[in-house]
Amino acid sequence: MQRRQFIQAVGSTLAAATVTGHATATAASGAKAKVVVIGGGYAGATAAKYLRLWSAGSIDVTLIEPNPYFVSCPLSNLVLGGSKQISELTIPYDNLSRRHGVRVIRDTAQAIDADKRTVTLAGGSVLPYDRLIVSPGIDFMWDQLPGMLQPGAQDKILHGWKAGAQTVALRRQLEAMPDGGTYVLTIPQAPFRCPPAPYERACQIAHYFSREKKKSRVLILDANGSIQSKPALFRKAWDDRYAGLIEYRTNVNVVDVDVATSTAISDFGDKVQGDVLNVVPPQRAGRIATQTGLANLNQRWCEVDYLTFESTQAKYIHVIGDAIQVASGMPKSGHMANQHGKVCAAAVVDLLNGVAPNQQPMLTNTCYSFVSDTEVMHVASVHAYDAEKKTLLPVPGSGGLSSAASLLEGSYAMSWAQTIWADTLG
Amino acid sequence: MKLQHLFPCLILLTASAASHAAPPTVGGEVGGERLYASCASCHGTNGKAVGTTLPELAGQSQDKIIAAMRAFKAQTRDATVMHQIAKGYSDEQIARIAAFLAAQPATVKP
Repeated sequence: MQRRQFIQAVGSTLAAATVTGHATATAASGAKAKVVVIGGGYAGATAAKYLRLWSAGSIDVTLIEPNPYFVSCPLSNLVLGGSKQISELTIPYDNLSRRHGVRVIRDTAQAIDADKRTVTLAGGSVLPYDRLIVSPGIDFMWDQLPGMLQPGAQDKILHGWKAGAQTVALRRQLEAMPDGGTYVLTIPQAPFRCPPAPYERACQIAHYFSREKKKSRVLILDANGSIQSKPALFRKAWDDRYAGLIEYRTNVNVVDVDVATSTAISDFGDKVQGDVLNVVPPQRAGRIATQTGLANLNQRWCEVDYLTFESTQAKYIHVIGDAIQVASGMPKSGHMANQHGKVCAAAVVDLLNGVAPNQQPMLTNTCYSFVSDTEVMHVASVHAYDAEKKTLLPVPGSGGLSSAASLLEGSYAMSWAQTIWADTLG
Repeated sequence: MKLQHLFPCLILLTASAASHAAPPTVGGEVGGERLYASCASCHGTNGKAVGTTLPELAGQSQDKIIAAMRAFKAQTRDATVMHQIAKGYSDEQIARIAAFLAAQPATVKP
């Protein structure tokens, strides 16, 4: 097994040398190998930083990111609840360049040429790579909600599922809603980004209503048959803290929206009007991945080799973060994305050095959910590679849930946020 | 495999061998640096967490970290998350992680 992997790794390097001549030139002239990372979220930014750390600066790393700042999705529900400002979750990319020598280009990747191994940016530049890491996050499948394709619809009915302007605008809608109104949250069928996030969002908005709009309520329309993460803990939070404030309906699959009346329409024709309607649309891998053919599972998610996160579709292209087809028990979370970034960075350093990558990568996940502005509960897991099944699996006996939400975990969650931001971007 | 392809390959291997003094043990990893990175999301890059909520792991002795992890595994030390995480790692992995952390310079003196 080890030997075969090694031959594969050498084979990759060899092919690299023969396809473009680039890697040969690299070795002969001493020029650095080039890695391009598309997307500066939890996965991409982490990969860029750790590539530089673990290659001791010997790999030239370019990060392509259209946004001027990183805005964290974790904790963004607290902006909706009113206990955090979006500025507190916003971090510049400066340290990646200053401390780690990552070249950060503010642009959008428009096309990938997997044969020539180049990335073309919207601004026109063409960047060659020896290995490419695609970390595009998610795209919304608006075609599954026809009303949302009408002009202006997406400015009125918000998702708040990519932190930033949408989060702030949704908070404004909640503030402007008269007391006695109903906030309706629709949840798509799994898988979607961050399984506990919709249920945490319900807690945060109920928390806000319980303080400032006591006659208002939260109505959740879930396309799934049950709460997708920490079900008993969320149920308990809703019953104990927000009794009468949150109504939860299962198996309501929203397939259209009447924008003028802020009405969600289910596949059975149920119509549910909200004073604020928050539609979380069905999701798939980000556009650059789907248009390059990397989303090879149901045209939605990107299948990867979990040892290296290399695409099963295209050589020399790795995919990380929410865009991948996850293994059993692996949520699409910011924490997991950060972990993908590290396993991928280690493998890319090894592959560029002609070394067989680690056959036993380990990943952890800890997802904290805020049930109020200070009380928090978690789900945690540890994942190891199973060589026989060629997949990542939770380590038997490990992982678990909080026994109850607590202030202590609230302090750990805030520490987690500050530390993972520094680990990703600092 | 064509012969002409072998030549650039060999140059590459020679170049990479020359630039790495120590032989790799797990993948390209010599110690527990990359394994520890799975802990760094909460405990900070190279053992330096932000803020004072968590104790700094960088510079703690290897024995202390191993003892703490054993106690988390055995649930003889109180924890919210760590007993669940510690059970995911073998004793050998814990020893590698602890050796790496012990070799990191501490920024806070206990």
